[in-house]
Amino acid sequence: MSEGEGRSVSPEERQMWTTWVRERAVGALPPEKLLPDRQPAYVSSWIYVFGVATIAALVVVIASGVILGLKGPEWWHVTAIGRFFNGIHLWAVELFFFAMVVHLWGKFFMGAWRGGRGRTWVTGAIVFLVAIGAAFTGYLSQQNFDSQWIASEGKDGLNSVGIGSFFNVVDFGQMYTFHVILLPLAVVALVVWHVLLVRRHGVVPPYPAKAPMPAAPSPPPQATPSEGGAP
Amino acid sequence: MESPVPMVLGALFDLSHPARYLHWHFFQMSVANVVVILLMIAVFVAAILIPFPKRRRET
Repeated sequence: MSEGEGRSVSPEERQMWTTWVRERAVGALPPEKLLPDRQPAYVSSWIYVFGVATIAALVVVIASGVILGLKGPEWWHVTAIGRFFNGIHLWAVELFFFAMVVHLWGKFFMGAWRGGRGRTWVTGAIVFLVAIGAAFTGYLSQQNFDSQWIASEGKDGLNSVGIGSFFNVVDFGQMYTFHVILLPLAVVALVVWHVLLVRRHGVVPPYPAKAPMPAAPSPPPQATPSEGGAP
Repeated sequence: MESPVPMVLGALFDLSHPARYLHWHFFQMSVANVVVILLMIAVFVAAILIPFPKRRRET
């Protein structure tokens, strides 16, 4: 018998995979770490706001995208309310990338990979790359001359690096599926993983203050002729 | 009745023309992208310099 989360776990339960997953999850992220009440004093700066601003923009992107997907291209091109939601989707994406880039700059200059936070940094970098793909396929899903032009230009670029046969940007069905299902799922999953890693390892502390300059060394003792010094 | 807002905005920000570009040696970028990048730098610097409001101490 052992204690787990305030109750005993029998040997039979110990062999269950749900017990194993639960104990690992709670061990890695106990509730007070998952939803903390306090943060270190150095977090009290505007530069720490841009991560959550990115997530807030992502929520608006997904919500407006769901509505656009439900209503269809004619709605978002022709009706006033459809154009409004089209604009909401576009400007939320602009804010998403704006906040994400400022967040990236802030974390780069903080050296946010320090102290065992390498995976946090890498998941953030991968989200950035996947989000660029999601935005690109969004351009291709507009259903207008813009998307046709971008598809024909993008196809040349992707063919030149040898992935045109896997990622056919002039195939609307393929690009639309990437845009509304595959890439959003990847972005959301990576963002969740990224945030859980931040919760687990905490926010990176600032670089330590520079040590004070050492005192000037005392002058060497006067050499005497017996030591081979200058006469 | 159509809202006058789009007409007014359209008069202020006439986008019915090809994008304007800055071009200097190898560097070529649309003015819109340059503006966004400058804005990001300005926001980044402001976020570092502007003090974050402190919560009042509970008495």
